[in-house]
Amino acid sequence: MPDQIEKTAVGTLDPEPVAAAAPATDREKPRSLWNDAWRELRRNPVFIASALMILFLVTVALWPSLFTSTSPTDCQLAKSRQGAASGHPFGFDLQGCDVYARTIYGARASVTVGVLVTLGVALLGGVLGGLAGYFGGWWDALLSRITDVFFGIPILLGGLVILSVIKGGSIWTVIGFMIALGWPQIARIARGSVITVKQQDYVQAARALGGSTGRILLRHILPNAVAPVIVVATIALGMYISVEATLSYLGVGLKPPTVSWGQDISAAAVQYRNAPHMLLWPAGALSLTVLSFIMLGDAVRDALDPKLR
Amino acid sequence: MGRYVIRRLLQMIPVFVGTTFLIFAMVYALGDPVAAMFGDRAPDPATLARIRAELNLDKPLLQQYLLYMGGIFTGDFGQAFNGQQVTELMGEAFPVTARLTMIAVGIEIVLGITLGLFSGLRRGRLVDTLTLISTLVVISIPVFVIGYLAQYFLAVEWQLVKPSVSSAATFDELIVPAFVLAGLSLAYVTRLTRASVAENLRADYMRTAVAKGLPRRRVIGVHLLRNSLIPVVTFIGTDIGALMGGAIVTERIFNVHGVGYQLYQGLVRGNSPTVVGFVTILVLVFLLANLLVDLLYAVLDPRIRYA
Amino acid sequence: MRGAKSAKWVVGAIVVAMAASACGGGSSDEGAGSGDGIVTAAWGDPQNPIEPANTSEVQGGKVLDMIFRGLKEYDPKTGEAKDAMAESVKTDDQQNFTFTLKKGWKFSDGTPVTAKSYVDAWNYGAYLPNKQIGSYFFSDIEGYDDVHPADEKSEPKAKTMSGLKVVDDHTFTVKLKEKFSTWPQRLGYKAYSPLPQAFFDDHDAWLKKPIGNGPYQVDSFQKGKGMQLSVNESYAGDSKPKNKGVELKVYTDYNTAYNDVLAGNLDVLDDVPAGQLANVESDMGGRYINQPAGIIQTLAFPLYAEGWGTKDAAKVRQGISMAINREEITKKIFQDTRTPAKDFTSPVLGVPGGYSEDVCGEFCTYDPKKAKQLIEEGGGIPGGQLVLSSNVDTGSHRDWMDAVCNSINNALGKKDSCRVNPVGTFADYRNQVTDKEMKGPFRAGWQMDYPLIDNFLTPLYKTGASSNDGSYSNKEFDELLGKANAEADTGKAIKLYQDAEKLLVQDMPAIPLWYQNGSSAHSERVDNVKLDAFSVPVFKDITVK
Repeated sequence: MPDQIEKTAVGTLDPEPVAAAAPATDREKPRSLWNDAWRELRRNPVFIASALMILFLVTVALWPSLFTSTSPTDCQLAKSRQGAASGHPFGFDLQGCDVYARTIYGARASVTVGVLVTLGVALLGGVLGGLAGYFGGWWDALLSRITDVFFGIPILLGGLVILSVIKGGSIWTVIGFMIALGWPQIARIARGSVITVKQQDYVQAARALGGSTGRILLRHILPNAVAPVIVVATIALGMYISVEATLSYLGVGLKPPTVSWGQDISAAAVQYRNAPHMLLWPAGALSLTVLSFIMLGDAVRDALDPKLR
Repeated sequence: MGRYVIRRLLQMIPVFVGTTFLIFAMVYALGDPVAAMFGDRAPDPATLARIRAELNLDKPLLQQYLLYMGGIFTGDFGQAFNGQQVTELMGEAFPVTARLTMIAVGIEIVLGITLGLFSGLRRGRLVDTLTLISTLVVISIPVFVIGYLAQYFLAVEWQLVKPSVSSAATFDELIVPAFVLAGLSLAYVTRLTRASVAENLRADYMRTAVAKGLPRRRVIGVHLLRNSLIPVVTFIGTDIGALMGGAIVTERIFNVHGVGYQLYQGLVRGNSPTVVGFVTILVLVFLLANLLVDLLYAVLDPRIRYA
Repeated sequence: MRGAKSAKWVVGAIVVAMAASACGGGSSDEGAGSGDGIVTAAWGDPQNPIEPANTSEVQGGKVLDMIFRGLKEYDPKTGEAKDAMAESVKTDDQQNFTFTLKKGWKFSDGTPVTAKSYVDAWNYGAYLPNKQIGSYFFSDIEGYDDVHPADEKSEPKAKTMSGLKVVDDHTFTVKLKEKFSTWPQRLGYKAYSPLPQAFFDDHDAWLKKPIGNGPYQVDSFQKGKGMQLSVNESYAGDSKPKNKGVELKVYTDYNTAYNDVLAGNLDVLDDVPAGQLANVESDMGGRYINQPAGIIQTLAFPLYAEGWGTKDAAKVRQGISMAINREEITKKIFQDTRTPAKDFTSPVLGVPGGYSEDVCGEFCTYDPKKAKQLIEEGGGIPGGQLVLSSNVDTGSHRDWMDAVCNSINNALGKKDSCRVNPVGTFADYRNQVTDKEMKGPFRAGWQMDYPLIDNFLTPLYKTGASSNDGSYSNKEFDELLGKANAEADTGKAIKLYQDAEKLLVQDMPAIPLWYQNGSSAHSERVDNVKLDAFSVPVFKDITVK
């Protein structure tokens, strides 16, 4: 049995208050942990700010035409790389397209890629890694080795190969690919985190009190082990949007007619000396998106962690 | 302990076979590399057929794979299209990338954990906010943009370093590329450490340690840091493999002739011996790093023991 | 706690092992520093081993150009084919040629260059089992089909071509399959280089360190990294190198090489990347060269694909050509390092060589109204949308693809008339092209092998020709080419080629986009940097301060 972990007497060094184990008898409590978190969040200004920002981004992604009447594909080469003009606050890119319109319309692809990949990766990686960490034994060995196979393949290399083979470039192939290669990272984190948590005394206590496996996983392990996953996932969200851009740079990312920040940033990256505004706006939008999600992740993590209350 | 390590080493075999086959099949699916050798000209069918036969490309996938693996076990990793032995390429590329990765990991550990520790200890204060903003900037800008900007400003504008790395790829030349390469992971390490430190700071053993009257340095250095490092170590361990193989963009921008460069060349040219050979080694490195991480768990957390 | 202790030990062992592997190697292959008369230049990793008949791309060609001299060489300025090693070339019937070599030429290993060096080299290049990708360069010689059968299953019947005969040490004869008056003029191409006996005796050693008869010799060669060349003291050609040697450094991204030139870390960059074109003049001042080269970029059409093979589709193709604003694209995207195309050849040929400014005429001139009208007359764009394909891993293809599509969309007044389809790798792209999978126009760049109008027409548009990727076929065109090849009078031959070219405008199997210039930048350390008609730096004339 690999990775067999034994609890030793030294464990008492970390006496955890029974707060988490005690309410095991109360039926209302499973909902109330999340209710508590929600109550916590509503009072957190960081959460409110980032949630509003994300709401705004999602609105832009869903209804870009509310924010601009210019089409992102209406390009006049004569205006190539020109600076801001009336009606075109961000200026024009190399092709003479309106940078403002492209930044607005690019939100959809980038936000979709970021959010869906993060959700997919967190679900797949979190569940598989968590189970591996909790059950250990052959289950862990099998899952860990599968993780290794996928993890052994560097994401950009995999992207170059797989996306060239699929000849895709549609948003769904890119998302599918990134989930397929991204989940092992979360799986590793979740596994490590669950291994730590399951040795905590409150889990031992719950088990001693006869809690069912499902109950222990959901009530005690999940809320306590989810924090590192959320932290990594929210950071990863930004990374996924960046990776999409890097894939565009390597020529295998999203393709037209999809408008995305990634494509625009990679087109602008070599023009940084001649037309910095081409790089500034889509990259700025990307940063803002990442910032919002990280702040949100931080706030959610704090709220979910009873120890930080 | 010894048995555990042996068991883990044995488990590497199926992973190794699985990964190499996956990569081999993917490169195979990329299609025929021979046509591209002829440039913008349609290949002469007779010459094409000869070259394909020489490279075993005329055989079914599984047979190609077996022939290739058979070669590997006798130490023959095949040839790149320019006639160079893949083993020779590896001998040149891996030391360079290993140096690059070592510096990058060093940066992650020293800078990442320090920053993470400080911002975790001072949550919500200026240090924390500054760290948050700087890590954010790093995360949000794609690596090729950082690479180009760093190269232009550091090397051309301010003339602090040379824009490219020479073929000797010495440690000092690799510092800037290593920073660019480590950037994203650095941000991860910082944020992971911060989260972990913040969490453990409120643990009772910390209160106990402080109450015992232990010096602050010892409380933070031994009790807090040691307990906070587990997720960080996991991350860094898994990151080594990713860094070595993920340097495609960094190595391209700084003209480092390492693993990423060879992989990219091999891939663009559809040369499966190069790609599969390099990935094989990368997977081995990755598996060893994983093993290292699991063993480090035991070092960091005495409660964990491997039987 | 025993577990923890032994774990520490294992961890330590693995770390040490990893560190040891990192510290090994890394021996310094550094080229000589400054002040030694050595020119450093950017290089791309050649795809194939460096052999004269096995090199299809410009990076390997760069080296061959330095280490070999054939019977002819092309004047760097005019592109005119001049005698190099040829003392005389004689023919009475345009089919049988007698070549006499100049005496006193030696390979850098000291062995003399003889008629046998040529005949052996050409036979080697043509012989099928040697798998030389440039073997078709010998396909006009009698007996080629015996050493290189077209059918992939049959074995060659002979090892040498019957059309090649050594007369004495300095004379050999060539018999061609058909009359071909301009054939000797193509002999400046490096596939026709002579090879020393060492090449045949120890092939592997030769590949590691090629030996030639050119102005430079290879000192050391690190595949994938670089090459050091020094002056070949036994070189018998006219002008000897004006520097002490050349060091080629492999770059994957020429933006890096550009920054290296800016920082004084590299002397010569022979291809300024697109992203730097807008600032290159202010960066480099007079150290930037932008001059015509024998490269034309076209958009070929898949005439085999549904909708493109019909008679009316020619009108659609002409219409699309007129919907592309070449002037604006070459100016805004390429900063005038491309010139709008006006024919199917290249300005480096010069007007006497067959270049003409008015072959394509209105069909290569931007006229949105006429474009729309022609496309409608031709039955509209097949499939309703034009899908434009090119690989995007090299050059700045994505930029012009977007610009061409936008131009077409704007001209036709419809947003989705044209869509770009960037392909990730060149290998993938070439497979799609050779497997005839294209559904819309695709990039077809042509870099000339030798500065003759024939080289811009025959390989690209003759029925079944090696680079006729769109499967164009026109009997009248083929016949005109045949007549032109047989014509002894150069002026008349060129007239016939141009007549054939006019048929291309009618049928428009490919749209001429623009002529590509050679654009290079160099450091303050070097002077007298020039590019030849192939956009390769003339290394031997470069002087080091």
